[in-house]
Amino acid sequence: MAAYIARRLVQLVPVLLGISVLVFVGMHIVPGDVAQMLAGEKGTAADVQRIRHQLGLDRPLYVQYGAFLLGAVRGDFGISLRTRQPVFWEIMQALPTTVELSCAALLFAVGAGLALGLLAARYPRTLLDAGAMTGVLVGVSMPVFWTGILLLLVFGGLLGWFPLGSMLDEGMRYHRITGMPLLDGLLTGDLAVVASNLRHLVLPAVALGATSMATIARMARSTMLEVLGLDYIRTARAKGLAEPSVVGRHALRNALLPVVTVVGLQLGLLLSGAVLTETIFALPGLGRLAITSVLARDYPVVQGVVIVGAGIFVLANLLVDVLYAYLDPRIRYQ
Amino acid sequence: MRVRLLVGILIACLVPVGFWASAGAQAPKTLIIAIGADQTGLDPQTVQNNESGFVMSTIFDSLVSYKLGTSIPAPGLAESWTISRDGRVYTFKLRHGVSFHDGTPMNAHTVAEDLDRAINPSNPCYVLARKGVDTYDDFTFGSVKEGNVAKMEVVDDYTLRFTLPKPNAPFLSSLAMVWQGIMSPTATKKYNCDASQHPVGTGPFKFVEAVRNDHITVEANPAYWGGRPKVDRIIFQIVPESATRMLKLERNEVQILADVPPSDYARVTGNPQLRLYTQPGLTILYVAMSNDRGPFVDPRVRQAMNYAVDKEAINKGLYGGATTASQGIPPVLWGYNPAVKPYPYDPAKAKSLLQAAGYPNGFTTEMMVYANPRGYNPVGGAKLGEAVQGYLAKVGVNVKITQYEWGAYLNKIRHTEYEGFAICGWSGDNGDPDNFLGDLFEWDEAANHWRINNCSRHHNPAFDRLIRQGREVTDQAKRTQIYMEANRILHDDAPGIFINHTNQVRAARASVRGFVLNPLQMFFHMERVSLE
Amino acid sequence: MIASAVRARDEGPPPRAAGRHGPLAWRRLRRSPHLLAGLAIVVGILGAAALAPVIAPYSPIDQAFSDQLRPPSWAHLFGTDEFGRDIFSRVLYGARIALAVGFLADGIALAAGVALGLVAGYFGGRVDAVVMRCVDVLLAFPYLLLAMIVVAILGPGLSNAMIAIGIVYAPQFARVVRGAVLAVRGQEFVEAAGAVGAGSGRILLRHVLPNVISPTLVMATLTVGFAIVETAGLSFLGLGASPPTPEWGSMLATGRSYMLTAPWIATFPGLAILVTVIGFNLAGDGLRDLLDPRLRGTL
Repeated sequence: MAAYIARRLVQLVPVLLGISVLVFVGMHIVPGDVAQMLAGEKGTAADVQRIRHQLGLDRPLYVQYGAFLLGAVRGDFGISLRTRQPVFWEIMQALPTTVELSCAALLFAVGAGLALGLLAARYPRTLLDAGAMTGVLVGVSMPVFWTGILLLLVFGGLLGWFPLGSMLDEGMRYHRITGMPLLDGLLTGDLAVVASNLRHLVLPAVALGATSMATIARMARSTMLEVLGLDYIRTARAKGLAEPSVVGRHALRNALLPVVTVVGLQLGLLLSGAVLTETIFALPGLGRLAITSVLARDYPVVQGVVIVGAGIFVLANLLVDVLYAYLDPRIRYQ
Repeated sequence: MRVRLLVGILIACLVPVGFWASAGAQAPKTLIIAIGADQTGLDPQTVQNNESGFVMSTIFDSLVSYKLGTSIPAPGLAESWTISRDGRVYTFKLRHGVSFHDGTPMNAHTVAEDLDRAINPSNPCYVLARKGVDTYDDFTFGSVKEGNVAKMEVVDDYTLRFTLPKPNAPFLSSLAMVWQGIMSPTATKKYNCDASQHPVGTGPFKFVEAVRNDHITVEANPAYWGGRPKVDRIIFQIVPESATRMLKLERNEVQILADVPPSDYARVTGNPQLRLYTQPGLTILYVAMSNDRGPFVDPRVRQAMNYAVDKEAINKGLYGGATTASQGIPPVLWGYNPAVKPYPYDPAKAKSLLQAAGYPNGFTTEMMVYANPRGYNPVGGAKLGEAVQGYLAKVGVNVKITQYEWGAYLNKIRHTEYEGFAICGWSGDNGDPDNFLGDLFEWDEAANHWRINNCSRHHNPAFDRLIRQGREVTDQAKRTQIYMEANRILHDDAPGIFINHTNQVRAARASVRGFVLNPLQMFFHMERVSLE
Repeated sequence: MIASAVRARDEGPPPRAAGRHGPLAWRRLRRSPHLLAGLAIVVGILGAAALAPVIAPYSPIDQAFSDQLRPPSWAHLFGTDEFGRDIFSRVLYGARIALAVGFLADGIALAAGVALGLVAGYFGGRVDAVVMRCVDVLLAFPYLLLAMIVVAILGPGLSNAMIAIGIVYAPQFARVVRGAVLAVRGQEFVEAAGAVGAGSGRILLRHVLPNVISPTLVMATLTVGFAIVETAGLSFLGLGASPPTPEWGSMLATGRSYMLTAPWIATFPGLAILVTVIGFNLAGDGLRDLLDPRLRGTL
């Protein structure tokens, strides 16, 4: 097992390197003058020159990349052009929010998806099944930004059941340890913060997780149906075992394996969807930082965010693979 | 046994009630203002964007301030000043008994220490030596590089003197800008020349915290020289989406909206719990034409373009009733010439002018636009471009629109000799007419080049002479005459299609009292605002 | 199914010998409600797009400030937007753009991906390793971040957004195709053909290609839907279409500001996207069930 993990970690290095090259080269081919943009409407030509020199934009590309790589290894991604604060710091301010949102969405997707899929498999070819599968089809096809807008408008705006975005009630302060209000609230015993955060997370988590929930539901249903039809299940039933035992002990574990695969495939969608969801619900996360920086040509931040985002994605996939290997020993020996 | 249990439970229930009651008695009065984007730093010398300015205007004072609701200079940290006869020496007498939020006393020494980093290249915290800062220092004090920077001297503990190389009448207005707010030099030293994340000023509110992309909190400064603030805290909440901001205002989750799109005006005015605040803005919006290239070299063509577009319809439909422009400065600014009227909508006249200029069948040309909204253009360049394109097509002028991202756009209009149309505009920085007419329409004789923000590359020697004169004369009445004449010339020259001056519009709960708009759009004088 | 899901993740779907589909396929088609429903929707949208100039009551770009922000009525079926333009007409013309974008982005992804996959799978060895490493790097990006970088490089605009989405999906095609090629290569009949003297080209054409067609076709159909949504997403963020293009995503972005005062501006383009994607998803699912149900775990 350890050997498998080690092997996969080593394979990560060239991938991360490739990502850094792609991002760096990409951001430096951009048309349009970053220095000009920073100097703004009221900047003079002298300002533009000064800024360009200060940012080292007049050095050759490979020199800039070298400096960038050396810094990146130490965790120094440079300075944000917009705010003049370290990029690493900007990312660390935003990252906990995205992690919290993604975990919430994943929990919703897996929980609701499994429940729906297994339920549909339990009562196949009934109205419940048909209804569930239609819901799944719609869920998979809805663009995540539209889902978000609708949820915000209907449940936040018209019905007023949930707040209109952001992570906490206005003016609420909490002691920041991890940056995730839910965790920090629990750690410091501040239940008001926990309650407020939970209320604010519901709509974004549902919006973000809806597509994944649909995919997982569909997968869970089909694998469950397949497994329920296998020989060993018939044997279990013939032996006289109670239905919950048949389903719970025998069928479930095998049915879950492909679901784990699907979850791995969903992670990329979740991280991408986070950009759109955070924009709609005004959550101060990595996705919002990414889009603000791209639009503002704040390329050090874009570099940092993309590398961190891709890195997390790659690591998360690794985790999923390890989980899969744990559940299915046949994989380890490939 | 059971009785004791019951009593215990009763007491346990009372405890939270007790807390709630005491908390209610001490709950701080919080004013929440919704803004559209996050600040990028809170050091007045190093940032220039609106959102940062909003917050800084509550934390800092400048030497000079603006009279409530106007752009006319009034005493600030300096309670009085004198100007020499030749208009070059400004002597300021500072207030006594004022301190920065960190306890540092405010006097000529500390103010000079802070301003020194703006004008002295050998100062270790020299602003222009820091990476990528946006600053108004050249604008206010003159350029170190070009050798025409003001000289500053401390005359005594409470007297500060500036000597300018040439008379520069807008100097007072420039000093009043939020971008010349005075930061405590102790803070600048403490944070290694960059106190932008830990701002310390003399203003009515003290900085508390800033959570990235979420909110900024400031709390009242009870010792403020202008009077104790009537609210205990102000929170600037970042809400990027205008529909959400509106909903929050309606639910009293925020009390003031920093900007309101025209499509929401009716919603505010129709709601008795809300109030709409409007003031003519210190802005101008126009569609520049390349005055020295293409068909636009002929002034008749430029005037024809002005007749071809129905500005009233655009201003009412797209901009919710913005004032139609007729000249280079907005009506709220002194120097405006009320005798000059906007070009009326007259497509027939436009066509006949085009014919006289030799374009009976119109012509084809290009237009550059940007997408994002600007302070002087709340609906964004692309939308205005579309609207104008529609009207021009009707007189035979076919326009192809290309959209550029903002940085690339700025580069194109300032450094390339583009031919065609471009959306240009301006928000006034200091409330002085030279800031509009000079920056936007002057040709720099000495350098024989258009001034960097002269989008249309307008060049009229008579106009340029007037502008130079306006900077040298310090008598207010004389300057007014000069600028009114300049505006008349500009109207006839028609360097661009004059569109409008956007209104500054904010919305607030009816429970907010004492809130007054000012042309600079900053949150000045927030110590006077109270919540019922 | 479970074991095959694992294998399929890494290698692609199992092979099948080339055969004729004939009358058996036709019967299966008629009995597949998914495919029929999906095809019906897709044909409907294609029709709307093709006939847009005929059906649309107004021009999609004509402005009329007197008619701003009108709710749906008989004169304007879907209402008007902030410029007074008819939303029904804009949605119809938007269908053209959506389909063009979907097919073009898909085409780019298909061409690049299939070429890469064929090369990697067939030639194997070092070529395979290099190509797949590059593909891994591209797949390491969440799709939107990758698209954002490409658009940041090329500049905002609809065609650039299309290219970005094409680049995002090419690796998926490459992987699927490579898996299919690998699966066939190991089969005895291919080795036999090689032993008998058939050249690479002939092997590729007669044996490898038919095996590759099924998964590629299914993926291509599903990808049109994804490409449409994701380009709309890019436009929504401000990185795609520019005015006055009636693209559904940018209409949604504009409509967002008017959600309280004129919710129809955003609702109808949103519905249009939803229906289109449902159509392509149904068609893709149905196609997959028809051609090779064993693909169900992988695509």
